[in-house]
Amino acid sequence: MNRMSWFNTVSLSLGFAFLYIPMIILVIFSFNESKLVTVWAGFSTKWYGELMQNEAFLNAAWVTIKVAVFSSTIATVLGTMAAYVLVRGGRFFGRTLFSGMIYAPLVMPEVITGLSLLLLFIGIGLDRGVFTIVLAHTTFAMCYVSVVVSSRLVTFDKSLEEAALDLGCSPAEAFRLVTLPIIAPAVISGWLLAFTLSLDDLVIASFTSGPAATTLPIKIFSAVRLGVSPEINALSTIMIAIVTVGVITASLVTKHQMVRQKRDEQAAART
Amino acid sequence: MTLPVFEPWNDPEAKPLIEFQNVTKRFGDFTAIDDLTIGIYEREFFALLGPSGCGKTTLMRMLAGFETPTEGKIFLSGQDMAPVPPNKRAVNMMFQSYALFPHLSIWDNIAFGLKREGQSKGEIETRVSDMLRLTRLEKFARRKPHQISGGQRQRVALARSLAKAPKLLLLDEPLGALDKKLRQDTQFELMDIQEKTGTTFVIVTHDQEEAMTVASRVAVMDNGKIIQVATPADIYEAPNSTYVADFIGDVNLIEGTATPTDEDTYALHWREGAEPLTVKTATTFSDGQTAHLAIRPEKVTISAERPEDADNAVQGKILDIAYLGNISTYHVELPSGAVIKAQAANTRRIARRSYTWEDTVWLSWTATAGVLLAD
Ligand SMILES: Nc1ncnc2c1ncn2[C@@H]1O[C@H](COP(=O)(O)OP(=O)(O)OP(=O)(O)O)[C@@H](O)[C@H]1O
Ligand SMILES: [Mg+2]
Repeated sequence: MNRMSWFNTVSLSLGFAFLYIPMIILVIFSFNESKLVTVWAGFSTKWYGELMQNEAFLNAAWVTIKVAVFSSTIATVLGTMAAYVLVRGGRFFGRTLFSGMIYAPLVMPEVITGLSLLLLFIGIGLDRGVFTIVLAHTTFAMCYVSVVVSSRLVTFDKSLEEAALDLGCSPAEAFRLVTLPIIAPAVISGWLLAFTLSLDDLVIASFTSGPAATTLPIKIFSAVRLGVSPEINALSTIMIAIVTVGVITASLVTKHQMVRQKRDEQAAART
Repeated sequence: MTLPVFEPWNDPEAKPLIEFQNVTKRFGDFTAIDDLTIGIYEREFFALLGPSGCGKTTLMRMLAGFETPTEGKIFLSGQDMAPVPPNKRAVNMMFQSYALFPHLSIWDNIAFGLKREGQSKGEIETRVSDMLRLTRLEKFARRKPHQISGGQRQRVALARSLAKAPKLLLLDEPLGALDKKLRQDTQFELMDIQEKTGTTFVIVTHDQEEAMTVASRVAVMDNGKIIQVATPADIYEAPNSTYVADFIGDVNLIEGTATPTDEDTYALHWREGAEPLTVKTATTFSDGQTAHLAIRPEKVTISAERPEDADNAVQGKILDIAYLGNISTYHVELPSGAVIKAQAANTRRIARRSYTWEDTVWLSWTATAGVLLAD
């Protein structure tokens, strides 16, 4: 292996430091005994204990997860359908307009999306709560899903679907039995993207949430305005831990699949 | 005793299984199929031959239902196919690109169509293992398509389309990636399947020998049109144009002007000062009409002395000899600069060959050996 030049080493270290030092500081201070965030007073896990007693934070966390699961699932279904129609639908009237419109929310400032949704919900007299946040998140996450899925569908060999039709599948069966299994990785990453987007959205959620339901980002943001408490450090550390575990699990699963595939190949070669 | 000959196309009573009526297919302003009319009969083994891009795949895709004709109609067993979707047609197609399902094993690929039909597990298992045996893929049943070679993939595609035993099977270059031995075996298997099941085959091939071996009729296409449809022997012996003569096999084309000399006999004036060539043909040419004599190399005899009783004889010098094992092709240059190919069987060892480079030889052929073509 080539040894890295000192320039590469330095830039790599600087980059990583820039990314991770703030997080490391946050994790360290979550174990601080003192109430003052910036003064180290010894190791303690008491803020974690207190966090567990904090009803408001726990509620917000629960709402956030509910919203993320529902909205990303609905967004994945709708986004995949939209992508399929846009890539496979052939030429239909207004197609260009449609595909333009589906990408528009990606570049639209979040404030505008949030505001317009707020106006809509007030207009139709919908009480703001979990349901409205799910609707709002579905709306904007759907675009991301459809972008991810359609980029996969563009490279998808159409003759596979034709072969399925030829062998007696109805178009719906061809989609379920051939297209979907093959594009599944793109659909899953679309779902993950939608899930993370929903998890850390602050702007749109603050427009569309009501007093009945607050998400974690909103809660943290409003708490921080009153001063950073070690409790929030503890909460953030937990979130970092969850994300880290998630990422590691995902990569382990992928790796495991690759190993299994290789083993299959070797097994097949032996017979 | 004569065997009953299979030529439904000569029987005015017979109804074709497939009928194309003035079918035109355009992609934008490009015409891929141009006003094509053809009938293919049940139990035929119909071969489509033609240069790349002439519309063979497009023709098949219209039969399978993936393209709709821009104009004209397609009938299958007398039924207009326009409103019938691909999955409701008793047609299976083997794709030129194979189109194997990458997420399924070879076994599941072959079983795919059978499962759609709702056959029982036992039936499916027997059928799939029959197909695996037929295409010699038993060892690979558990592998995925990306874990086998190109030729093996081609066989999977073939097995998958054969599995459902459809009434009409469309094979788009089914054997191109196979070695000669396996290709010949598979050709005979296909003919055997056809004998047994009575399936009608439409097959695209770039291999003329294959078309000659398997086909009941051959269609030669060019630019979206069918130039000639005939039995392999007729296509070879009696091409209707220089295009077909040139496309199928090796041919010498000699251009000249035809003068009628006798009934069915013409003198072809092909070169100033040279003796005209004598050709017998059933087609009529007017006096002075431009015509081409198409003659196959194997029908030209090569000899050291001028043969006494030959209808046509020309003298030339051997330019090149292509040794092909069983036969040799001699390229003989005439004084005019034209090169004529003559083929002779190598009945003697190569070292004892009678002629060699630069030798002056005579080429001769009979009046009926070639065909006279207008264009
Ligand atoms: N979907 C399409 N859009 C535009 N042009 C097309 C389309 N499909 C085919 N063509 C054109 O139609 C012509 C005929 O194509 P086709 O695939 O039928 O050729 P082919 O005879 O099967 O050739 P090959 O022997 O190379 O497979 C080609 O010139 C091709 O470029
Ligand atoms: Mg083709």
